[in-house]
This record gives sequence, structure tokens and C-alpha cells, in this order.
Amino acid sequence: MPENKYDVFLRGLAFPAVLVLAWILVGQFGLIDPRLLVPVQRVIAVPFFDPDGRTIWLSLVTSLVRMVAGFLIGGGLGILIGFVIGTSSLANRLIGPSFTAVRQITVFAWIPLLTAWFGNSDGAKLVFIALSAFFPAALNTQQGLRDVPIALIETSHVMRLSWRTHLFRLLLPSALPSIAIGIEIALISAWIGTVGAEYAMGFGRGIGIFLAEGREQFRMDIVLIGVVTLALVGYGMNIVLRCGLRRLVPWQRQNS
Amino acid sequence: MRAEALLDTRSSLDIQAVSKSYRVDGKPREILRDIRFTVEPGELVSVIGASGCGKSTLLRLIIGLDTDYEGDILLDGRSIDGPTADRGIVFQEPRLFPWLSVEQNIALGLDSSGASPAEVKRIVTEHIEIVRLNGFARAYPHQLSGGMAQRAAIARALVSRPKILLLDEPLGALDSQTRAYMQDELLEIWRREKITIVMVTHDIEEAVYLSDKIVVMEPEPGRVCGIVSIDAPHPRRRGTSKFSALKDRVLSVLVRTQSAASAGLVRSHPAAQGGIARRYG
Repeated sequence: MPENKYDVFLRGLAFPAVLVLAWILVGQFGLIDPRLLVPVQRVIAVPFFDPDGRTIWLSLVTSLVRMVAGFLIGGGLGILIGFVIGTSSLANRLIGPSFTAVRQITVFAWIPLLTAWFGNSDGAKLVFIALSAFFPAALNTQQGLRDVPIALIETSHVMRLSWRTHLFRLLLPSALPSIAIGIEIALISAWIGTVGAEYAMGFGRGIGIFLAEGREQFRMDIVLIGVVTLALVGYGMNIVLRCGLRRLVPWQRQNS
Repeated sequence: MRAEALLDTRSSLDIQAVSKSYRVDGKPREILRDIRFTVEPGELVSVIGASGCGKSTLLRLIIGLDTDYEGDILLDGRSIDGPTADRGIVFQEPRLFPWLSVEQNIALGLDSSGASPAEVKRIVTEHIEIVRLNGFARAYPHQLSGGMAQRAAIARALVSRPKILLLDEPLGALDSQTRAYMQDELLEIWRREKITIVMVTHDIEEAVYLSDKIVVMEPEPGRVCGIVSIDAPHPRRRGTSKFSALKDRVLSVLVRTQSAASAGLVRSHPAAQGGIARRYG
């Protein structure tokens, strides 16, 4: 029996519902210090009624804008570089090894260097987010181009396709599923990078800074609503990506 | 340019002392040794032999995918240098682009021709009819059967009006019924397009059914061990004694070489000892 999409959604909701229920019960019976685990209703009220909590909206918008900007810069450059080293063996020999070496550095290790160069400004955060998005985009683009079936490349040679046809009818469509995965991971990395950069660098506005301030002032209600917001944004991005990317590679659906 | 091509669709092919080796583990390994044969304009020639005799490699040299060999390959007396529009090839697999429809795939064959979009449309439609894929122009490769996909690949190779068509076991992956049907289709196309065809196969019956001439090769290294002319009018009837006699003649060339060296051939033609190599029913 084919599964109903709605059923799948409801089943996915079951576990979070149990968690929330447990949370409510714990609050009801005072099992955990309410300063550590704030009751649900107070957490939900924070973004609307608390003067400090209300800043979450502007923080969220700031973070999203920052993420999108960093993602566009880093992801775009990543696809470009990935394309160059994926299609030109000369470029791959020249920058491939350095690329592989730099990739081994955990992105968070860049923070001290970036803050030293750019200060705690928006610039440093943007560079960091772009860096987070860059590597997955570049790597998957390169991989996708490297995996274009040799049989089809030969066929292209035999038919003497022009470079434009070769690019738009063979290389790009063939690499598109992999590039799409790269874009997906880049966007998620950009979001993690955004929150991480804000949290680690502080200064200004943003959901990461909102979280950091909540922790410093020991406002667990603010921390909790911040964490829930992060989860919701991640979940929302996933849905948007899945719909968008499915449209991008329609022939994949029938194959798998 | 097109009119000229129409006048001169038949090409001759001269394989002169072609040898080819690869380096495996630093040691040269001979793949082809001193291959010589001629294909006359308009002929349908089969190259037959056990797997490993280098027959597919030979096709790759003729199409121009591999230019690292000794000897000469002459097309109408001129040495070949990389792929050109006067040679078309159909591989064992259709090799269609999965993200393009049948008509878009076939149109790729005209990419280098400089034909106008209207002309491309007309030629593609015409060839969809030739390979009898009417109604499937907008279909995608995954919606086609193996035989239909292979016919689309044949159309793609034909649209640029090559003077010579190379076929690398094009029917090898098909079931016996589709295969027999496609053999007749191929003859029909050959007759209609008046084209020179070189086909690689490992099926003796197929070679006898289709060819004017059969080049028999033996493996390790790939060499020509005999050339059999088939002098029978089309359509040929598979059941007749004359047909069996022709098959036996080809077989005797294969078996002669087999007793000389290779056990591999026995395995690839299990019915060879019985005198009939019918791999596909």
C-alpha cells in the first residue's frame, strides 16, 4: 500500500509531540528546576511578551539575510571553482592539491584568523559564512563533473559537439544532481556558519548573538526559544530545498 | 554541401597494417597485429571474433577516438585524424543522454552540421520515421525499450549522413526476437541510405545474414585469420542449406584458429563443436 504523505507527516510529528508532552508534565510537577527547564508556555510567550525576547524577530531576519548573502558568495564561488577544477585537468593539477589541503581545516578554526583580519565586524562573519558554503559547493560540483560517464563523453566527441552543446547538454545536466546536493549542503553549512560566527564573534545582531546573550544572562527561556527557532529554520530550509531541487532534476525521479 | 554529400554517400575504407599496443604494468601488450582489409564503397562488412580479439578497439581506431596506433587507416584514400562527420558509430549500448528526449538526442547528431533549426527539425522527423519511432519523439530514454533506444541511437548516427557507419555489436544486448527484427531494419536502412557499414559482432549467424564480407579475427594479439565473402542475395533465409553451408565456412575459419591456440573461443561459442553457433536462438 502506498503511503499517504499526510500519514508520513503525522508519524514524523509523533516523537516531538511526546517530547513536548514530557516537557509539559515535568513543568507541571516541578520535577526539574524551572530556571533550567522553563515551562513550555513561558518559552512560547517569550518572543511576544518579553522585552528582551522580542528582539528575536529582528535577530532572525538579520541572521537570514547574513546567511543568504554568505551562501550566495561562497556557494557561487564554490560552484565556479569546482567547475574549473572539474573540467580542466591543468587547473586540477594546479589548485587541486591546495584545495584538498585547505579543506581539511575545520571551518571554525578560521575564526581566530578571520577576526584578526576583519575584526568582529559583519565582514568577518560574512567571510566565515561564505567559507562554510564554499567547500561543499566546490567539492560536489567537482565530483559531479568528474563522474560524467566516459561513454557519454566519447559519444560527444564522436558527434563533435560544440563546446556549448557539450557544456549545456552533457556536462551540466549530468553533474546537476551532484551540484544540487552541493547547494543543499552549502546552504545548511551557511546556516550553521551563520549561527556559529555570531555566537563566537558576538557584536551586533543575530540569532547566534541572541542565544549567547540569553546564556550570559542565564535566561533559559531565551536560550530555549532560540534553539527551537534554529531547528524550525533548518527544517524549513530542508523543505524549500527538497521542492526546489526536485524541480531542478526532474529525470532523476523516474530513474530511482 | 548537402547535395554533394548525397551524390557521394558511399565510402571506401582501407585498413593497412594496423597494429596497436597498450602498456600494462610497464610492459607493452599487443592488442592488434598487422590488421589488413578493405571495405568497398557500399559494402556491409562484419568483423567477427571471440571477445578479446580487439575488434572493438579496431572500431575505436576507425572512428578516431584513439589515434595512437601504427599503420594507416584510409577513408577514401585519405588518412583519418580524429572524429569527423563522414563516420558515424553506434555502440553496444545506446548511449543516449538521459535528460534529453528522443528528438533532442537525435538532433545532437546534427550539432556540428550548421543546419538551421527548421532543417534540424525536418531531418530529425524524417529519421524518426526511418527507425520507426513515430510517436516517441518526445519520450525520454528511460521510457524506451532496449530495442527502441538502440534505434534512436542508430537514427542519431544517421542524421549527419555519414558515408560510413560503424556498428559495435549494436544488437548484442537485445533479446532474440528484437534482434532478428532489428537485423532486417538494419538491412533496410543500409539499402535505403546506400551507406558503407562496418559491423563488429560475435554472432556468426548475424554476420552471415547481413554481410557481404566477413573478416574473421583471432585473439591475443588480435589478428585477421581469414576473410569470407558471402555471395548470396538478400533477403537470406536462415533455415536453408546454403545458409548453413556459409555459416560452416565461417566457422571452419574460426575453428582452425581455435585449435591452433585459443581455448577462450570455445567458451564464447559453446555450440561451435556441433557445427552450429547459435547463441541467440
